[in-house]
Amino acid sequence: MTELLQRILPTVQKPARYTGGEFNEIKKDPVQTRVRVAFCFPDTYEIGMSNLGMRILYGIMNGMDGVACERVFAPWGDMQKAIEDNDLPLWALESQSPVRDFDMIAFTIGYEMCYANILNMLRLSGIPLRSEDRQGLKNIVFAGGVCAYNPEPLAEFVDFFCLGEGEDITVEIITLYDKAKAENWSKEAFLLAVSKIPGVYVPSFYRHEYNADGTLSAITVENGAPSVITKRIVEDLDNAYWPTKMIVPSTEIVHDRANLEVFRGCIRGCRFCQAGFSCRPVRKKSPEVLYRQAVETLEDSGHNEITLSSLSTSDYRGLKELTDQMIPYCEQNRVNLSVPSLRADNFSRELMEKLQTVRKSGLTFAPEAGTQRLRDVINKNLSEDEILTTCRNAFSGGWNNVKLYFMLGLPTETDEDVLGIAELVYKVIQTWKEHATNKKRGLRVHVATAYFVPKPHTPFQWEQQITPEEYLRRCKLLKSHFYSKSITYDYHGPDLSRLEAVFARGDRRLGAVIAEAMKNGAKLDGWDEYFNYGIWFDAFQKCGIDPDFYTVRGYGEEEILPWDTINVGIDKKFLLRERKRAYEAKITPDCREGCAGCGANRLLKEVPCDA
Amino acid sequence: MLRALFEKTGQAVWISHLDLMRLFQRAFKRAGLALTHTQGYNPRPSVSIALPLSVGVQSHCELLDFELEGEAVSCQEITERLNGALVDGVRILKVYENGDKIKNIAFLDCTMALEYDKDIPQGAETAITSLFSRENLLVEKKSKNGITEQDIIPMIRQITVTAKDGHCLVLNARICCQNPTLNPVQLSAAIAKYMPQLTPDFVTCCRKEIYTPEETIFR
Ligand code: SF4
Ligand code: SF4
Repeated sequence: MTELLQRILPTVQKPARYTGGEFNEIKKDPVQTRVRVAFCFPDTYEIGMSNLGMRILYGIMNGMDGVACERVFAPWGDMQKAIEDNDLPLWALESQSPVRDFDMIAFTIGYEMCYANILNMLRLSGIPLRSEDRQGLKNIVFAGGVCAYNPEPLAEFVDFFCLGEGEDITVEIITLYDKAKAENWSKEAFLLAVSKIPGVYVPSFYRHEYNADGTLSAITVENGAPSVITKRIVEDLDNAYWPTKMIVPSTEIVHDRANLEVFRGCIRGCRFCQAGFSCRPVRKKSPEVLYRQAVETLEDSGHNEITLSSLSTSDYRGLKELTDQMIPYCEQNRVNLSVPSLRADNFSRELMEKLQTVRKSGLTFAPEAGTQRLRDVINKNLSEDEILTTCRNAFSGGWNNVKLYFMLGLPTETDEDVLGIAELVYKVIQTWKEHATNKKRGLRVHVATAYFVPKPHTPFQWEQQITPEEYLRRCKLLKSHFYSKSITYDYHGPDLSRLEAVFARGDRRLGAVIAEAMKNGAKLDGWDEYFNYGIWFDAFQKCGIDPDFYTVRGYGEEEILPWDTINVGIDKKFLLRERKRAYEAKITPDCREGCAGCGANRLLKEVPCDA
Repeated sequence: MLRALFEKTGQAVWISHLDLMRLFQRAFKRAGLALTHTQGYNPRPSVSIALPLSVGVQSHCELLDFELEGEAVSCQEITERLNGALVDGVRILKVYENGDKIKNIAFLDCTMALEYDKDIPQGAETAITSLFSRENLLVEKKSKNGITEQDIIPMIRQITVTAKDGHCLVLNARICCQNPTLNPVQLSAAIAKYMPQLTPDFVTCCRKEIYTPEETIFR
């Protein structure tokens, strides 16, 4: 007889995402396995398998003796319904065995709006949501990723967080667990010991108390845990683990290509950007190592496309050397080389011309703000001149497709800044009219605006988010100033970004809201098919929490912030200084022009920052 | 032109037709075998798979046509190198030259397992046999232009029904698979439509062999 899961598969969309069995999947011998880790990505297979961090850690954990790491993804709605109807517990792909049978359950969290998925995946696994309801060493839940830099909304559910890059800390944690399991420790003893590993944050060792106005009054450290936890980094990327043998999905995923990370950190310091600050210091890989890894990865995987990824690839010092080597290899082997986030300088222009993939996708700019003044406020070093020069070259080269991304609601923004977006777009259209060599196909300009979300560990971490009504007013104002048929203007509704803002700077009291929303069906909130603001709105009401407290209120500079316990390497003094400069519309030059003293260099022992 | 005869079994049955094409393109690259590419603005590796298989169906007789660039590699070696680069469940049985024209495929043998969680209903074997010996049997067929009705009897060359055990009836059929095409699913759909009390709880399907119009094995 065909077993239950096999009977369900024909009834769901894209069944291959639930079966495992891809090329390079790692299946360890259960007899030799002492620690089993279920590595959960709180979104679909297609998104999770595109995540480079997950691939690195999968390789690292499975490289450990006696450790088996298997993948788990959030099921799509049809599959969720089928497994609920049939009382099946959520399973891991490699062995197809239930998640609840695993020793450790790890989550990687890169997006606030997947918090409901985390709880939902625990629920579908039949694992108690709250840390205090899980006794013993079985099913220890831990999490890492960018959202761990303010993990408070998840504090009730996750036993501990790992901060920063996972290459080393993951090995230390699992080695400790291996010992704890062999010696039959209690969960309390394990948490106490794991809290001693640098970069580990055990939220239950920190008591949060509040003032009558809802702000934090004190964070009290217990059990001898560190008062500040500093994130971990890898100093020497050349010698860091790199997974050459990566899983090649048998079904199409979002980034369906090989992905090579060329450096970590960002030299630019755009003041709204959490990744830009929290991924510092700046560390590069050498072109020789990258070239070797690129060839190995391509030959092993059979991919016909490779991306050179990073936060800002055109700032990679070895880009010319690397692409000079890669382009001939790629041409000879029919591989597309894709270099995202190129800037408008001469070298990038030449490179763009050589790379076919850029041609296909058209030009993309993220000026983020419409006027130079506001771009100075946010420290976005992209001038109108650069944009128009690049457009001119592209249009005279026959391109006719431009995408422009902006934010609305940035600090100090006025209607003049909003209308500055429309002006900039008109100048782009004008440039096309003057320089296009091929006018027959017409010009297409896509403009998208996002609702600004203030993020922790950035100079804007204290800022107010504008109200949803005000955001919509600005969208409509802008829309009413787009007259040309060439323009497509997209703006998302404010609900998702409002919630993102709540959770990004949220505190522990939000745990109840997430649990309540999940209970009422919140899941896959990043997907239009499932996002339901009503569920969240009701959950806030039921828990007596006002979302505005976390968004439009803004945080005081003297206030204790929920994420004050966490050090990503950036000094608070530096953030305050940058905030002040923002209000003075003063830019801060990038790291190459001079170190701005953010503090992240102190995380490095062996090499200087951005060497 | 070269042709590979391959099978698709186990978990690999859940890989869709389009995904399987991409999987093969990558497998060729991993195996160090360079496929020729189509001409044009956006060159694509030239591989094609005859008679797309529905997701969930097993097969022991799939055909993949391709061409290689560069130095000639023996068919035996291509088979070995590809099998080293494929996923579990997709296995090359042999590679050969000068295959027959795909349009000469006319029939295929398939096996369907009709699973009944409770015992097989009384008399099901005879009832289903007699169903398929009717003069005509109209069954819905999904096509691009919506749902149409189709008489499936002229497309069934032969069909047998036997009980495998107390819970499973096995249907072996030789059916038209090209001009016109009978999707094996329509066989179980006919049962569900005309004898709803005999509707199985689950059906699996497997392609066994393909034939020319003269009913010789197609290669
Ligand atoms: S360039 Fe700016 S927006 Fe981009 S990653 Fe760096 S800091 Fe962030
Ligand atoms: S320490 Fe200096 S050079 Fe390094 S990231 Fe910070 S500002 Fe830039």
